[in-house]
Amino acid sequence: MTDPVVAKRPAGSGNPGAARGVRAAQHPSEAPIPPTPEAVEKTPHVRPGDRIFRGLATGSGVFIVVLIGAIGLFLLLQAIPSLGLDQVNFLLSHEWNTTDPNNLRFGILDLLQVTVFSSAFALLIAMPISLGIALFLTQYAPRRLARPFAYIVDLLAAVPSIVYGLWGIFVLAPLLVPFQSWLNSALGFIPIFGTGNVKIEFGGTIFTAGIVLAVMILPIITAVSREVFERTPTMHVEGAIALGATKWEVIRTTVLPFGKAGYVSASMLGLGRALGETIALTIILNYTNTAFGWSLFDGGSTFASRIALAAAEFNDPRSAGAYIAAGLVLFVLTFVVNAAARSIVAGHKEYE
Amino acid sequence: MSTGLADPSRLATPPTFQSVSTGRKIKNGLATVLVWLAFAVAVVPLVWVLYTVVARGFPSIVDADWWQKSLSGLLGRQQGGGAYHAIVGTLLQGLVCGVISVPIGIFVGIYLVEYGGRSKLARTTTFMVDILTGVPSIVAALFIYALWVTTLGFSRSGFAVALALVLLMIPVIIRTTEEMLKIVPDELREASYALGIPKWKTIMKIVIPTALSGILTGIMLALARVMGETAPVLVLVGYAAYINFNLFDGPMASLPLLMNVERNNPTQAGYDRLWGAAITLVLIITLFNLLATVVSRWLAPKTK
Repeated sequence: MTDPVVAKRPAGSGNPGAARGVRAAQHPSEAPIPPTPEAVEKTPHVRPGDRIFRGLATGSGVFIVVLIGAIGLFLLLQAIPSLGLDQVNFLLSHEWNTTDPNNLRFGILDLLQVTVFSSAFALLIAMPISLGIALFLTQYAPRRLARPFAYIVDLLAAVPSIVYGLWGIFVLAPLLVPFQSWLNSALGFIPIFGTGNVKIEFGGTIFTAGIVLAVMILPIITAVSREVFERTPTMHVEGAIALGATKWEVIRTTVLPFGKAGYVSASMLGLGRALGETIALTIILNYTNTAFGWSLFDGGSTFASRIALAAAEFNDPRSAGAYIAAGLVLFVLTFVVNAAARSIVAGHKEYE
Repeated sequence: MSTGLADPSRLATPPTFQSVSTGRKIKNGLATVLVWLAFAVAVVPLVWVLYTVVARGFPSIVDADWWQKSLSGLLGRQQGGGAYHAIVGTLLQGLVCGVISVPIGIFVGIYLVEYGGRSKLARTTTFMVDILTGVPSIVAALFIYALWVTTLGFSRSGFAVALALVLLMIPVIIRTTEEMLKIVPDELREASYALGIPKWKTIMKIVIPTALSGILTGIMLALARVMGETAPVLVLVGYAAYINFNLFDGPMASLPLLMNVERNNPTQAGYDRLWGAAITLVLIITLFNLLATVVSRWLAPKTK
C-alpha cells in the first residue's frame, strides 16, 4: 500500500549523499566542477550516524518479522508435548477435560464450531449495518457533520471489550430473553432456532453474544469501507449524475462496484476481530459441557473464552499446553483470515 | 423546454427529459431511509453502553476514598475502599508498555517510509504488521506466557502483562508513524540534504518533528486502547486487593482485572465496585483520547 509513494521519493532509496557521490565518480564530465581526489575517496564512505540509524530502523523491521515467527514457533513448541499426551483426537473430539494432567482429554471441535458460528452470526448482522454507515458517512451525511459522525462511530471502538461484555450480560441479555424465547417457540423447527444446550432465561446464548460482537466489529468494518468508498473516482460519480441517475443509482453503479473488494476485505478484518474476541464472550456465553448443536440458543465456549476461563489455573505445564494448542489454532485461524483480507486489497491498485 | 415555448406545436412530442419514475423514486427514498437508519443503529449501543456505565458507576467515583484507597482487608460484601490499587496497576502497565513499544514502533515506521522502499524485507514487514494488528489479545498473552513464564522461568507479573500489551500496541504505533511520515513533504527532506545534512539527522531533526503531533496522537490512542485490554491480565498476572508498585513481583491489580473479579460478586458492594471500575476505565480512556486531540492541536506544524 505504501509502495508507490515511497518509490517516487528519492529519499526512499538509500543514502542520497552516497548515490550522488557514485554518479559523480562515474561520470566526472557531467559534474560542473571536476571531483577532487577527496570526493572520489569518500565515495564508499557512509557516516557512522547514518549506519547506526539505518541499522536500528532495519533491525526493528526485522524484529517484527521475527516476532510473528516467534509467536507461531513458541506456541507450537509448548503445544507439542501436550498434544502428544492427548488421549482423544485433537481436531475431531468434543471433549475438553484438562483437570488431570496424566489423563488429558482435549479436542477443539466444539470450540471451533462455536467460534466460527458466533463470529459468522455477528458478521451477518454487522455487514449490512456497517455498509449503511459507510455509505451514510461518505455519501449522505451533510459535509460539515461527516467528520464528527465518523468520530462517533470510531468511539465505538474505544470502549473496552470488558465493558461491552458487562453491558451485554447485565443490560442487553435480560431484554433479549423474551425475544429469544419467542423466536425459539415460533421458529424452533428450523435447526438454528432450535432449543439450545443452555437455558434461554439465563441470557448467555450465542444469539446475545453475536449481537454484542456485531456492535464491536461495526467500527472496524465501517472505517475500512469508508476509506475505500471515499476513493471512488469523481469522474464515475459525475458521469452517473450526468446520465440522470438518482442518488441511490449513483451509489449502485459507481460507489458499490468500485468499493466491493474493499468492503469484503473490511468484513474479513471484522471477522478476524470477532474470532479472537475474548473477554466479552467469556462474560456473556454460558459455560456448558454439552456438545454444540448449531443453534443460536446454544451456549458453550470459543477458543478465546475457554482459554480465558482457565487462565488463572495454568498450574501444570501439561494442562497449560492444551490451552496453548487451542491458542495456536486460533492464531492460525486469524492469520489466514487477516492474510486473505489483505491480499484482496493488495490486488486492487486503485485503492492506493 | 425553452424550444417548446418558442413553438407551441412541439409540445405534442414527449419532453427530452422525463421525470424520474415512481419506482426509481421509491427505491431512492428507501435507500436514503435505510442508510440513515444504519447510522442510528450504530449510535444506539454507544449511547446505551455509556449511559449504563455512567448511571451505574457514578455513585462510586464521587467518593474521595475511591481514588485514594485500595480494597485491602475488605470482604466482598463490605462497603468502602477504593480502586487506587487498580488505577495504579493500569497506569503502570500502560506506561511500561508505552516505553517499550514507542521506540520500536517509531523505528519500524521510519524503516518502512525512509529506508525500506520496495525491498522484499519492507514488503514482508508491512505484511507482518498487518498480521500483528490482527493477532487476538489472548494469543499475545499466551505467547508471552509461553516465552516469559514457561521458557524463561519468570513468575507471572505486571511486567509480563506490559510485554503482552507491547505486541498489541506496536502495530498501532507503526501504522500511525508510517501514515504521518508519508505526508511529510519531500521538499523538506531535499532541502535538508542540499544543505549537506546526513540522512539520520534529517530524519531526527526535520522529518520526525514535522510529523510529531500525528505520532503522539497515535501513541495516546494506542495507550488508551491497550489499557482496556483484559485478556493479557487474566493470563499473566494474579489479582491483588492491595497496592503493589512492583511490576516484577507478586500479583497486581488493574481496572479490567478488578472488574473481572467483582463481576462474580453478587453483593451491593460488588456491584458498586464493578461499575465504579468501569466508569473509571472509561474516564481514563476518554482522558487519553482528549489528550491526543490536545496534543495534535498544540504540536501541529504551523502552516502559514
